[in-house]
Amino acid sequence: MIAYIIRRVLYAIPILIGVNVITFFLFFVVNSPDDMARMHLGHKYVTPAAVQNWKEEHGYNKPLFWNAGAQGMDKFTDTIFFDNSVRLFAFDFGQSDSGRDIGYDIHQRMWPSLAIAIPTLLIGLLINITFALLVAFFRATYIDVWGVIICVTMMSISGLFYIIGGQFLISKLLHLVPISGYDTGLNAAKFLVLPVLVGILSGIGNGTRWYRTIFLEESNKDYVRTARAKGLSERLIQYRHILRNALIPILTGVVVVLPMLFMGSLITESFFSIPGLGSYTIDAINRQDFAIVRSMVFLGSVLYIIGLILTDISYTLVDPRVRLES
Amino acid sequence: MKTKVFPVAALLLFCLGGCSDTPWNSPYPESNAGRKIYYSSFSERPKHLDPAISYSEDEAIFIGQIYEPPLQYHFLKRPYQLVPLSATKVPQPVYYDADGNRLPDKAPDTKVARAVYTIHIKPGRYYQPHPAFARDKNGHYLYHHLDASDVADIHSLKDFPRTGTRELVARDFVYEIKRLVKPGIQSPLAGLMSRYIAGLSDLGKRLREAAKHGPIDLRDFDFEGARVVDRYTYQIVLNQKYPQFVYWLSMNFFAPVPWEADAFYDQPGMKENNISLDWYPVGTGPYMLTENNPNRHMILKRNPNFAGETYPTEGEPGDRKAGYLDKAGQQMPFIDEAYYSLEKESIPAWNKFLQGYYDTSGVLSDSFDQAIQFGSSGEPELTPAMKKKGIRLQTAVQPSIWYLGFNMNDPVVGGDSKRARLLRRAISIAIDYEEYISIFANGRGIPAQGPIPPGIAGSQQGRAGINPYVYDWVNGQARRKPLSKALELMQEAGYQDGRNVKTGKPLILYYDTVSSGAGSKSVLNWYRKQFQKLGIQLVIRATDYNRFQEKMREGTEQIFSWGWNADYPDPENFLFLLYGGNTKVGHGGENAANYHNDEYDKLFVKMRAMDPGPKRNKVIARMVDILQRDAPWDWGYYPVAYSLYHSWYGNAKPNLMARNTLKYKTIDPQLRQKKRREWNQPVIWPVILLGVLLLLSIIPAVVTYRRRQRAAIR
Repeated sequence: MIAYIIRRVLYAIPILIGVNVITFFLFFVVNSPDDMARMHLGHKYVTPAAVQNWKEEHGYNKPLFWNAGAQGMDKFTDTIFFDNSVRLFAFDFGQSDSGRDIGYDIHQRMWPSLAIAIPTLLIGLLINITFALLVAFFRATYIDVWGVIICVTMMSISGLFYIIGGQFLISKLLHLVPISGYDTGLNAAKFLVLPVLVGILSGIGNGTRWYRTIFLEESNKDYVRTARAKGLSERLIQYRHILRNALIPILTGVVVVLPMLFMGSLITESFFSIPGLGSYTIDAINRQDFAIVRSMVFLGSVLYIIGLILTDISYTLVDPRVRLES
Repeated sequence: MKTKVFPVAALLLFCLGGCSDTPWNSPYPESNAGRKIYYSSFSERPKHLDPAISYSEDEAIFIGQIYEPPLQYHFLKRPYQLVPLSATKVPQPVYYDADGNRLPDKAPDTKVARAVYTIHIKPGRYYQPHPAFARDKNGHYLYHHLDASDVADIHSLKDFPRTGTRELVARDFVYEIKRLVKPGIQSPLAGLMSRYIAGLSDLGKRLREAAKHGPIDLRDFDFEGARVVDRYTYQIVLNQKYPQFVYWLSMNFFAPVPWEADAFYDQPGMKENNISLDWYPVGTGPYMLTENNPNRHMILKRNPNFAGETYPTEGEPGDRKAGYLDKAGQQMPFIDEAYYSLEKESIPAWNKFLQGYYDTSGVLSDSFDQAIQFGSSGEPELTPAMKKKGIRLQTAVQPSIWYLGFNMNDPVVGGDSKRARLLRRAISIAIDYEEYISIFANGRGIPAQGPIPPGIAGSQQGRAGINPYVYDWVNGQARRKPLSKALELMQEAGYQDGRNVKTGKPLILYYDTVSSGAGSKSVLNWYRKQFQKLGIQLVIRATDYNRFQEKMREGTEQIFSWGWNADYPDPENFLFLLYGGNTKVGHGGENAANYHNDEYDKLFVKMRAMDPGPKRNKVIARMVDILQRDAPWDWGYYPVAYSLYHSWYGNAKPNLMARNTLKYKTIDPQLRQKKRREWNQPVIWPVILLGVLLLLSIIPAVVTYRRRQRAAIR
């Protein structure tokens, strides 16, 4: 397995380089360094000299990919691409175009994102599995039928509706929790209740339906028929046999999203004023802050690769039949 | 046992709600209850708090309360007038000719080679506590010789254990002027002020050259344009007569900055740890920024070293009756803290205002109908729901204009020909801005007759002020000319039913815009319909902001919309938008229409150097006549700001020029607390009901399970 993991990590390097190149290319096709300078300098009294000074100070006065006027290796290294990309691999994100330390900002902002994402994931998982087991247990009854109808309805409703509806009902009408905001430490709890609740509610439809499908698939297998034939109660069959085997695809599906929890949810964090990473990238795109955009895309790619590797490893842990081989 | 659980739980919940003075849904700590804290929100994080760079409204909210430039606007008097802030009086320029001979005050601008402003500052003003001033017992600065390893674990000013202060002196003002051209600081005013302040441009070049060889200390560089006379006196020297310069002295660009701040912040590692003047301003004002977390909130607290200032003792007629002079002569500020929370979305911000968690709010389109209704006379007033909460409404015409511009270099709509002029006038009549204001701005605007908004000198009201080419004066009101008149003009211009009479080709015009989302579709369709009234096909060329700016710089646009917000309350700040020496194409200036008229330009140069008064107003009137005749803009409208205030928020008179008004405001925290409790009583029964229903819903499942267990195997 170690060799497998090392090989996957090595594969990741050209992938990350490719992601870097594509991000860089896409960003600068749409925005030139002149455009970035004007965005940062504002709208009034912006002179060509000010634009040039800004570009020089931020290193955007160099060629993008290839410096024909330089000598030797400088043709490649004395470029915007090299300056901005190489140190990413050392996780040195540098400073944003507005002068902030990106690494520090990411470190500060990821905790609020995790404070919402982790409870939403764990509690949501518990609730979805419970509902799915219930619905699968009562398969082909009116409970199953109504359960599916409710799940499909909930899936069809936009997440934004849950957010606005939740704020309206629970904060505005019932006055139970703050509409938006955040605090540190234990004081954050009252601010997280509503976004977590909304996150769980909006995921129930999708999660329950998906897990129900897995449970039903398992319940039609031979070992379950054997267990029934042996006279085991349905409850025992559900919890001891079906659930255990169904957890394999469930857990591997969860593991792959674990690293992405750091990236936060844009809409949730915007409406609830949670200072997380969700809005960090979008704000940077709007402000044309390339330093942040490339850092977040790189970080997202690394986390995604880690997620895939963890998924592969988790397969071997939950299913002894699976081996990671060359 | 189980039957006793629910009532006990409900009782506990009620008790919890009743024990605390703070409602359950309060986003603020309980320790804040009853304190004089102002609560507000911001939607965009401020980009810059460095006074040499900051130039937007959302930044001025903060630094306006921290820095004290020499002058400020009187809080109550109108028209807006400058009064001293950190200076002892409003400076009057002394003029000199090229030989250094003093000239009389009314000297013509052609003779003036130097205009010298001597500014005396008030002694005894001290900076807020800051680590940049901290010294040891020998008087050496504690934190001026740090290296990157010393600050590795420091991420905010609070991590520095010691602070200090010192008195504000004249050289701090001179230092800040030099900072406008300091390498590494992209001040938006550098280019403009380099044209006026003697030697500033040359100083900029010297600094850039010196910076190539290592860090620079601005104290080592002197220049003619700003010099220290004595401890409390300095001079600014301009290379021409520029009467509007005093207005800039009320802006943060000319506020004092201590050299110690630069020395402190420029040390290795500081910027990397997000410690800079751009994030932690250092001022002598009534407030200091104690927490800067723009992803969450920003907090201003009372500056313990603030020298003090008394509330104005006079204002406009009506101010006393409105209660704006109740605090006359009292020491300011009246509020201890200001708490600004980030609210990216308007819905939560609006709801928190209604719950009493924000003291003030604007009125957005989403919430307009909820808050405002129009009375029988057409005046805006609050809805009953707002009145019931004791909320108050203030409206004020903004010193701004939104207009439709014609690129005067364009061969179809531009130029000085009779045809083009008639075409522009016809379009100006056809575009019904009264309708636009009603539909898209909820009535928050006044149709513009010219470039100068009401409240600015030179703006004429009533019959004398109308644009006679677009409006008639009927029954004491301005009424837009009928469409038939516009069609007549089109015919005169050589267009019949939207076609060129000579060539027979349809007239197709292009509207360049950045608006392209779903929200803009209705506006763009509306514009198409306005042009369609004249038979003109309007093609929308929507691009992103950068491409739009590029088109404007290159002069490839045809028709566009633009706006301007006044820097200062002088007509020059609007009329320069149409001055030929300020065109976007060729000069990179703010004349986006690239308008040029010899007579207008001559009058502009003359007007700019004139002192306020009837003679100047006469020149301005002639300039406006020329503009209305040539119609380089369709004048659009002046936006009207609507602001809502809770009953516990006092001295809320709008002042749209001043940025430092927090010190005048008052809060009644007891009234606020009482109202919050009243409006935010928790409603628990639905939660209990839901719990009961969920439990009851288990019963059918249990029944079905038991039935299945007892059923025979099939």
